[in-house]
Amino acid sequence: MMAFNVTGCWALFIKEVKRFYSVVVQTVFAPIVSTLLYLLVFGHVIDTQLESFDGLDYSQFLIPGLVMMALLQNAFSNTSSSLIQSKMHGNLTFVLLSPISPFELYVAFIAASVVRGLAVGLGILIIGMVGFGLTIQSPFWVLLFAILSAAMMGGLGMLAGILSDKYDQLAAFQNFIIMPLTFLSGVFYSIHALPDTWQMVSHFNPFFYMVDGFRYGFFEQSDVSVYISLIVTFVFLFVITAINLILLNKGVKIRK
Amino acid sequence: MTAAVKFNQVVKRYDDLEALKGISFEVEEGAFFGLLGPNGAGKSTLINAMSGLITPTSGSIEVQGFDVIRDYRETRRRLGLVPQELISDPFFSIKELLELQSGYYGIRGKEQKLWINELLERLALTDKMNAITNQLSGGMKRRVLIAMALVHKPRVLVLDEPTAGVDVDLRHTLWEFTKELHQKGHTIILTTHYLEEAEALCEKVAIIQKGEVKALDRTADLLATHPFRYIRISLEEKNAVLNDALASRLVESDASGHLFKMENELTMSDMLGMIHQSGLHIKDVSSRDATLEEVFMNLTGAQS
Repeated sequence: MMAFNVTGCWALFIKEVKRFYSVVVQTVFAPIVSTLLYLLVFGHVIDTQLESFDGLDYSQFLIPGLVMMALLQNAFSNTSSSLIQSKMHGNLTFVLLSPISPFELYVAFIAASVVRGLAVGLGILIIGMVGFGLTIQSPFWVLLFAILSAAMMGGLGMLAGILSDKYDQLAAFQNFIIMPLTFLSGVFYSIHALPDTWQMVSHFNPFFYMVDGFRYGFFEQSDVSVYISLIVTFVFLFVITAINLILLNKGVKIRK
Repeated sequence: MTAAVKFNQVVKRYDDLEALKGISFEVEEGAFFGLLGPNGAGKSTLINAMSGLITPTSGSIEVQGFDVIRDYRETRRRLGLVPQELISDPFFSIKELLELQSGYYGIRGKEQKLWINELLERLALTDKMNAITNQLSGGMKRRVLIAMALVHKPRVLVLDEPTAGVDVDLRHTLWEFTKELHQKGHTIILTTHYLEEAEALCEKVAIIQKGEVKALDRTADLLATHPFRYIRISLEEKNAVLNDALASRLVESDASGHLFKMENELTMSDMLGMIHQSGLHIKDVSSRDATLEEVFMNLTGAQS
């Protein structure tokens, strides 16, 4: 028995990448443009109103947060929308009939969501670096947090896609869980600007650690230790992966 | 010899509904096998369990000696399923779908490209190979599903109602192609509502009703065990009144005459004698054996 169906997993990964690339305006360019609107509104209109890190221009502080926000949302969207579309159109059957294991299916979907997250994030980052003179102090931390966070959000998207039977259930997941957690994760502010209670609440938001660790790679400054952020991100990635693999192995809402 | 497919006490429960009630039988290697039954009998459930699309509550299924749960990679390489529901994909062309599907099975290379081209040609899809499946008619989508099921050259091909909603031309193409695969040694398992198709194609059939096997035999033997033969009689009298013996055997009447079922023990002379005793005059007479549809209706209690 084959240990890992490399060719099958690769074919599914390529299919998932081609899927979002075939509608690249909607899946990559549109999120870049809408995120840049945030930069225009928040970066210029309320530039000096919010506290960021010491001696740092707010626009520069904001850009890594926006990159991470777009990356997280698009990684989530990729797996969730692909999975629910496949369920609705019935073409998930083609994958289920093939000798691809649940783990291989998971790896392929997550890898594609990481690619989409990075593509959107990179687009915003390039504009931030060229247009606002943003520099990266530690590319290692930037890349590590980008990949881990996209994988975690891809996993969360897969979970939503597995559990949802209809588009509105998925929209509820996105609007009532993902959006609030993203907006309250310190994308637009340093949590030190918040009252103590809200600072404490922020520490229960896993997205905060992803944004904070990612931002550390740019400025080598962060609200919490980058190692704590790394551990929290790893733990969430592990937990989400474990839940997904249990559901996929049991065939919950996929194999009846 | 290892069976192509072996069902062993397969049970599938959905809450209170028992869709499969301990089904056990074998499909021989190289057979053309019909899986028949009324709507909701459990045919698709059984097929989906065989293909790994659903998990049986208990029991086991083997494909060429491999367990569909434990050895799923092996069984899925050996089995191709044409599902009943039409499937589409809004992002990929037919050719891309076939290439991707080949990749899932770990099959690549020049030989596979040739096989994909052959499938496209045999199923008259070459002209449409760059079309997105969403843009295709129902018949075309059905062809795509057949190509997808055959892309990895499975030894066992399962067709779940492949001719539902399909025009005569495609039906003919499909059966010719399927017969050719059978002649090459593939095992074919077919479910269909067109019982004349099953009678013409299948060497052996299983009739399933309410999740249980009602009959399992060679098609010819199943037809032979039917207790009636059928006789069509055209009478001189336009409004003939039938006596009790004839009326109890009447199946249907139409402009061309009366169709009677005749117990196998009765001879043609016995039947014609009953007509004469009723004072009726025969214009024309023909007889035939039971069809699979009549056997099916007799076994399942279905009404024509």
